[in-house]
Amino acid sequence: MSWFGLFGSEKKSSASQAKERLQILISHERHNRSGPDFLPELQREILQVVKKYVSISDDQVSIRLDRQGDSSILELNVILPEN
Amino acid sequence: MATVVTVTSGKGGVGKTTSSAALAAGLAQAGHKTVVIDFDVGLRNLDLIMGVERRVVFDFVNVIQGEATLNQALISDKRIENLFILAASQTKDKDALTEDGVEKIIEDLEAMGFEYIVCDSPAGIERGATMALHFADHAVIVTNPEVSSVRDSDRILGILQSKSKRAKEGGKVIEHLLITRYDPSRVEKGEMLSMDDVCDILAVKLIGLIPESKAVLKASNTGVPVIMDTESDAGVAYSDAVARFLGEERPLKFLKPKKQGLLQRMLGGND
Repeated sequence: MSWFGLFGSEKKSSASQAKERLQILISHERHNRSGPDFLPELQREILQVVKKYVSISDDQVSIRLDRQGDSSILELNVILPEN
Repeated sequence: MATVVTVTSGKGGVGKTTSSAALAAGLAQAGHKTVVIDFDVGLRNLDLIMGVERRVVFDFVNVIQGEATLNQALISDKRIENLFILAASQTKDKDALTEDGVEKIIEDLEAMGFEYIVCDSPAGIERGATMALHFADHAVIVTNPEVSSVRDSDRILGILQSKSKRAKEGGKVIEHLLITRYDPSRVEKGEMLSMDDVCDILAVKLIGLIPESKAVLKASNTGVPVIMDTESDAGVAYSDAVARFLGEERPLKFLKPKKQGLLQRMLGGND
């Protein structure tokens, strides 16, 4: 044991580590379940439609749903290749 | 109108059945006609905690399937007036729990004059658990101050807010947080999440704080709801929780460790 350890250590208590880990994890999990169930399906279908006309890869379409007051905003991002 | 109160947690072993038994007994003691239903089909244990295991003839699933009437399956508690127990089936498949079947039983119990229907949910998020919370007006979320229990409680809150009947009809289940197995001396040392930590993370109104207590094992050993052990710390804490549920204001107890004598401290005694 270090001498300095006797005078209040710098190390965080295990309880505060637990709290930090939970806060990060739970906010992430809440975000994931806040979207409607159809979002992944919608993303897949939009990707298929875009692919009919332009050659893009799966990760070039992103879709997000945000809530602002009473309304929801569906944000769609398609990255088109330069040519 | 009967009020349906579901006791749930996601994680197993946190004290759902102990809390269901205590809550139902407390509501009945307060003069309300109360029934407590075990939803853990295949792994019933509420009968044992209530001390009526030798009186189970018919169960919940028998009633749903029309093999017995509610009156035949309800077990009346011999110690507390107004208290009835409906055991889970030990043999049937959990798919026997149907939404229509459960709804019919709740309606019939209401017609029989029950004021509170306490549903003891099984662990997990499978059929038994979702059926137990589907018709809830109130939900008591039982949580231990421990990471996996808190995470699972949050998951169950998500299910309550999206899959319950009230949620689907645009309403909201009234949520209450019940923290169990709380050890204030470990909280003080920074070894355990505090009551405030758990409340901050889950953002649900606290209804009770049950200390880690030897009385709980003693109560289950003897088949007596721990709330009836009025001398014990856990019994007192459950009584307070029931009073708060019924709208009374009561200060929280057991937030600070018990004072120990010098000799006890020297011997390292912890309780």
